[in-house]
Amino acid sequence: MASLSSTFARRSILKAVGTAPTLRCAPSLLLCQKRFATTEAVSSQDEIAILNNQRLKRPISPHLSIYQPQMTWYPSMFHRLTGVALSGGLYLSALAYLTHPYFPALDSAHLVQLVHDSPVWLKGSIKMLFALPFTFHSFNGIRHLLWDVGYGLTLKGVYAGAYAVIGLTTVSSIWLAFFV
Amino acid sequence: MLKTALRSVASTSRQSNLALRSFTSSPITAFAQPSNETPTPPPGKVPQMKEFKIYRWNPDQPAEKPKLQSYSIDLSQCGPMMLDALIKIKNEVDPTLTFRRSCREGICGSCAMNIDGVNTLACLSRIPKDTKPSKIYPLPHMYIVKDLVPDLTNFYKQYKSIEPYLKNDNPPAKGEFLQSQEDRKKLDGMYECILCACCSTSCPSYWWNQDQYLGPAVLMQAYRWMADSRDAYGAQRKEKMQNSMSLYRCHTIFNCSKTCPKGLNPAMAIAKMKLEMAQDK
Repeated sequence: MASLSSTFARRSILKAVGTAPTLRCAPSLLLCQKRFATTEAVSSQDEIAILNNQRLKRPISPHLSIYQPQMTWYPSMFHRLTGVALSGGLYLSALAYLTHPYFPALDSAHLVQLVHDSPVWLKGSIKMLFALPFTFHSFNGIRHLLWDVGYGLTLKGVYAGAYAVIGLTTVSSIWLAFFV
Repeated sequence: MLKTALRSVASTSRQSNLALRSFTSSPITAFAQPSNETPTPPPGKVPQMKEFKIYRWNPDQPAEKPKLQSYSIDLSQCGPMMLDALIKIKNEVDPTLTFRRSCREGICGSCAMNIDGVNTLACLSRIPKDTKPSKIYPLPHMYIVKDLVPDLTNFYKQYKSIEPYLKNDNPPAKGEFLQSQEDRKKLDGMYECILCACCSTSCPSYWWNQDQYLGPAVLMQAYRWMADSRDAYGAQRKEKMQNSMSLYRCHTIFNCSKTCPKGLNPAMAIAKMKLEMAQDK
């Protein structure tokens, strides 16, 4: 039945597009239908078993590695990374004081002296290392707060905000590192 | 319109004078019908070869790792869109290439895939005219059924879970629900969603937590029904979102709004939902 109706369908297509030259050349060939495969009925239980077996083997399509870098998810990623780095650094440096009995050199007086004695380029670079994540995380955090109260929720707003954060971060971290 | 139809009928009939139908997914040699004609571009057009690198994985050989397969086609003999190229490759080069497509005009959402690193509909995506190879992957971080076909079962189940239909125990005694023009306007930009899953699969949060996090497409539809003045179950709908996973895995990344092929803004809908829930409206 199905093949019959498709034959009719093909015939009517032929009529409708009778002007197409490639269709006119061999209309009889269009009418034969051939199947190279047969299907086999299985119980619904077996169906589920086959499906589940297939599902076990399915690969996960690539994601992070192939997605285009955009000004949407890259700042978001850096926000997370800088947050973890800043709080991790804070906890670690605070905990480091606990080892003072074993490393007597580890106290504030010594550290102040160490920084005081180091050359300007080294001082600046180390301060930059802290200033960059700190300022980025702070300004991007303000952007998040603005979103949370409903500002800048369009794509234009998102991009403007991202560039503003990058600009402010650059300027303020240079200022913090070399002029404070 | 008719001309295009004629052309497409003519071009497919060239290779397929036999009407074939298959039920297996593995290639059978009799299927491949390479055309013996040497392809020549239409008069007045210069041939322009373009390489496409397409993600391939065959469930009949599950042990084989997914790979990128390269195809070169002549753009002067191909339609302007990525979907045209995919159909041309399937018709003329490799009939085993598998992908979903239907309407070819961006309304069905079938041909959602990752093209040159961005999730979009192949039918709405122009083929870049440069000579750089285009990379085509399935939607990111999804289980792959075959080649470019991802398993969307979980996505549809999540959509079902938000009860995407009007719920109101007190229908008007006569006629239909009435709505002011302002109330109707609130649904603009949300009802147009075609559920192609481009946004959800562009969301890093959804990549890592899709078993519990609903994802942008489904959340925007959830908000579409919360924002509908005719729906009476807004409070209950919001109550269902009051947990750490369903809604609050959204970290306002905006990949969803950036990638939406229909130009919608799921991130904004989600932000509005969060704001309303915080204000207990």
